[in-house]
Amino acid sequence: MSFLTPQRAAIAAALLLLVTLPIWVGNPYYINVASQILFFAVFALGLNVIVGYGGLVSLGHAGLAAIAGYTAALMLAAGHGHFISDFAAILVTLAASAVFAVLSLRGTGIGFLMITLAIGQIIWGILYRWSSLTNGDNGVNVSGRPAPFGISLASADSFYYATLLVFLAAVATMAVFFRSPFGASLRGTRDQARRMTALGYNVWLIRFLAILISGFWSGVAGLLFIYYNQFISPQVATLTASAEVLLMVISGGTATLLGPIAGAAIVVIMKNVVSAYIVRWNLVLGVIFVLIITFMPEGLVPGSVRLWRTAWRKLSRRDGVIPAKTEPTP
Amino acid sequence: MNLWLTLAVNSISLGGLLFLLSAGFSLIFGLMRIPNLLHGSFFMLGAYLGVSALNWHINFWVAALLSALAMTLIGGLIERFLLRRLAGQELAQVLLTLGLSFIVADVCLMIWTGDPWQPATPEHLRGAVQVGTLFFPIYRLVILAVAIVIAIGLWLMIDWTRLGAMIRAGVDDAPIARVVGIKVSQLFTLIFSLGAALAAFAGVMGAPYLSVYPGLDFEMLPLALIVVILGGTGSLLGALVGSFLIGFLYNFGQAMFPDLAYVILFLPMLLVLVLRPQGLFGRAMP
Repeated sequence: MSFLTPQRAAIAAALLLLVTLPIWVGNPYYINVASQILFFAVFALGLNVIVGYGGLVSLGHAGLAAIAGYTAALMLAAGHGHFISDFAAILVTLAASAVFAVLSLRGTGIGFLMITLAIGQIIWGILYRWSSLTNGDNGVNVSGRPAPFGISLASADSFYYATLLVFLAAVATMAVFFRSPFGASLRGTRDQARRMTALGYNVWLIRFLAILISGFWSGVAGLLFIYYNQFISPQVATLTASAEVLLMVISGGTATLLGPIAGAAIVVIMKNVVSAYIVRWNLVLGVIFVLIITFMPEGLVPGSVRLWRTAWRKLSRRDGVIPAKTEPTP
Repeated sequence: MNLWLTLAVNSISLGGLLFLLSAGFSLIFGLMRIPNLLHGSFFMLGAYLGVSALNWHINFWVAALLSALAMTLIGGLIERFLLRRLAGQELAQVLLTLGLSFIVADVCLMIWTGDPWQPATPEHLRGAVQVGTLFFPIYRLVILAVAIVIAIGLWLMIDWTRLGAMIRAGVDDAPIARVVGIKVSQLFTLIFSLGAALAAFAGVMGAPYLSVYPGLDFEMLPLALIVVILGGTGSLLGALVGSFLIGFLYNFGQAMFPDLAYVILFLPMLLVLVLRPQGLFGRAMP
């Protein structure tokens, strides 16, 4: 019964690294990149609830994050306080997620994907065209970050720590959630929806609740996004934005806790690095998308291991015995 | 009075364009079971190719056919060498078309820049027809006529030829169709190419009227999506009715509620989803 298992040691090391990051990074630019990674990771973790564990691929989640962002930004612009604006934003996002769920759960699989895409486009359409409410393409400015308990979040360091707290809360709730009976039943609806129904589970309700949870964290990420940028525009709700988050989930490896976090880190770093050299981010995004889906659909980390093993086996020509596939059959 | 009539004529010609776009989308969906998220990109790329051809003073119809031919080839290659690799994994195929659509959008932006291109309406299609005291622009009527001709052609092909029978068999039950010796994979390539060609043709036909600009792809894709959800997947009649419905809704919505026009467009789709998920003319999805 040793207290220091390798897993716990790794978690402690990761925590130490994250907490001390502003000290060893130093440059505010990179601290800001780290903040971006963290709030996109919160978003990706939220989306992973339904994509990875629920088997429901959504292409409209950027719309949910945008609803939270716009609600808060518009209320702040109308002169309300930070607390009440953020609280209202989360409530509105939850309500929107409920509508989103009721409509999109009319289909599963490809049907679900199409409906979420359409809903995402509707949200984008409202934000873009209803300019008397949302100021159209010009977007809404957010004046200043909040100062919870009198601590100002204006500097890169303090904002990083606030984001880190939210991120850790998200990771912790996800870890607890997926070990809970509810998490197990959600995985059950993904793998064997019909059997779950036969066992007496309400598949629709389980999926509905999963979409609410996913919508909640998308909303939280949306709030962090507007406080980081202090600005929001319809660009946040485009199909590209939804695809970007989906790419984070898929590229890291779905249905894992670390996958979406790794995916968020990869995509945000790529985006920052690539944008520094060329303006063709969408092209790069598309190429990565196509490459990952074609060559390593299970995600970058497990996928590279598999490709490496195949290459190694071919090189060493020891392929006398072909190992059976160990993946569980659906 | 005249405003309403103009709107109606615009609605009908937009409906015709939408039919050309969504007929292919619907057939691909019916046969391959995937929404082809590249369809808007086919429309836009086809339109750009047509515009470039028109700039070299090629005849309008020849330009439209050349563009359709080029997209037939591109569509066929994409199906044969990319989508085929992922046969049976519908989700991966959809995401692949999404990734490709970003690539097409950025490549178009690189080649044709961000400025909108609007070719002049070809000379022999300018002017208007007078019926009583009313004037109808010829070009809009020609779009409608082309859509009707193609609709009849597609209907004859699907309902009255051996090829059409094979396609219907593939739509109904692909595994059994394979068992009786129909090469369903070849049909996939064929239908995908045909859909790409129709979308490109629609793109060129629409260019003098909609103009071509970056973002046109993701403006047309949701329209095709709505039409097919409304009409039912794999149903040509559904695509036809859905296209004209959306054509009217789009133009009248924009004239009456400019702020919310885009949202109004999606309302019938939401209604259909709630009340009749298989679409107006579709059968229940297996």
